[in-house]
Amino acid sequence: MNSAAGHVLFVETPAVRRKLRQEALAKWVFCAMAAAMVVPLLLIVGYLVVRAAPSLNLEFLLEVPKRGMTEGGIWPALIGTIYLVFISLAVSAPIGILAAIYLNEYARDNWFNRVINLAVINLAGVPSIVHALFGLGAFVYAAKFGYSIISASLTLAIMTLPVIIASTREALASVPQSFREACWNVGATRWQTIKSVVLPNSISGILTGVILQVSRAAGETAPVMFTGVVFFKSIERGDLFPYYLNEQCMALSMHLYTISTQVPGVKESIPYATAVVLLALVVMVNAAAISLRVYLRSRQKW
Amino acid sequence: MSAEPNYSITARDVNLWYGKFQALRNVTTNIKHGLITSLIGPSGCGKTTLLRCFNRVNERYGYVTTTGEIRLLGKNIYDPDVSLIELRKSVGMVFQRPNPLPLSVYENVVFGLRVHAEADALRKSALDEAVEKALTEVNLWHDLKDRLGHKAITLQLEQQQKLCIARLLPLKPEIILMDEPCSALDVEGTAAIEELMFSLKGRYTIVIVTHNMAQARRASDECIFMLLGEMIEHSRTEDLFLTPGNPKTAEYIEGRYG
Repeated sequence: MNSAAGHVLFVETPAVRRKLRQEALAKWVFCAMAAAMVVPLLLIVGYLVVRAAPSLNLEFLLEVPKRGMTEGGIWPALIGTIYLVFISLAVSAPIGILAAIYLNEYARDNWFNRVINLAVINLAGVPSIVHALFGLGAFVYAAKFGYSIISASLTLAIMTLPVIIASTREALASVPQSFREACWNVGATRWQTIKSVVLPNSISGILTGVILQVSRAAGETAPVMFTGVVFFKSIERGDLFPYYLNEQCMALSMHLYTISTQVPGVKESIPYATAVVLLALVVMVNAAAISLRVYLRSRQKW
Repeated sequence: MSAEPNYSITARDVNLWYGKFQALRNVTTNIKHGLITSLIGPSGCGKTTLLRCFNRVNERYGYVTTTGEIRLLGKNIYDPDVSLIELRKSVGMVFQRPNPLPLSVYENVVFGLRVHAEADALRKSALDEAVEKALTEVNLWHDLKDRLGHKAITLQLEQQQKLCIARLLPLKPEIILMDEPCSALDVEGTAAIEELMFSLKGRYTIVIVTHNMAQARRASDECIFMLLGEMIEHSRTEDLFLTPGNPKTAEYIEGRYG
């Protein structure tokens, strides 16, 4: 049906066309910006892998550095990083998870708990170099652990603790309140509620949060450099237990810094290969976290 | 024991504050044993709050101050020697949204037993028996006896709500509190729950909060009308609806406000 003025109804007018052009332009700009994020990642990874290619093989992982670190592999640094990450998380994960359970399930809104919350938030914002200095003062000197794996791990633990607390609280808070009410109303204590309902339904989120801290602990240089990681440590090739906990060790992040800037004449592909290994370690851990979460999620339904 | 053995709940001068806000004002009432008593009134009148006083679950939500006394079976539940764990064993609650635990049907029913007993005190045969008895009481045994291992969350809403009632029964409660138990259900589900309430009454004292006046009228023996935290009227349901004693009650049931 035509309108009185003779126009056809419901067709584009010039104003509509102008709006559509703006719409298309806006969409393209936003899309381009989003795509721009991918480019640096691909460039970084691609560049690293290409430059690292000559050194990337199993030998490189298992071999110790040779000829004043200018050749050979990265085994002492790789195993050192694994030590540091495992010990630090073995300390921070239980403390962080239990603290988060207290804060989310037990704590009432009073000044004491507000202080704890404030401390958690602020601790998360402290730069890693400050953690490093704290670790140096507290663990190396005050606690007399010396420059050692234990000092470095504890420093990393302090650094990862607030983030684990925050992510655990988030996971706990995502468990519907109605489950807790159901428990309380048959006379369950808080601990029974946590044990039988809250934890089984938040464990995926909690574990994901903890595992994501692996990448952070593995990548940090300053905290471990100040407290227990050295340039070079002579160990056997492929030795799984080369370090005592009161000894210093090597770590990938520090090793990368050393061979890139401190040692002359390093074979060109070695620093790149070290970076690729560090990156791959982090990516693999994150992938493991994601698949674990997907698996645990698939088993819970509500 | 109180002087009136046929009262399950006697409340005297109950006042309750959430922080500074007074939600209940001098509520005094007697709820008879074995009957269905409904709490009606417009939103925010304190009916859910009063219901939650009866098993003291209010105290889990922020800062609550309660004065006065509520006697269950003659015992003031606000006495300092009252254990909330034991209290809630005798006074169960059913919620607006069915909230089965994310466990199997079987585990939902025995959850209360597990919570209250030492782990090794529970024999499998006793648990099996409790499950069959509780599910039979709520008319679910026939439908669910082959699906006891299924996740309770996957049941229909009506079945979930019945399961939530069944979850209370193994603890042999004295009183079952229901907070708008049918508002998430369709007509058939509502009818089924009401039928269930009738079959449970006598053995248990049922107190039900409802915003649905028609439901209060057809499904309860006694009715309490509340307004702005005060108890306006408490009488037999027929009397309250046919010959309300207070003009405010009359206006509410006529639908002048609310």
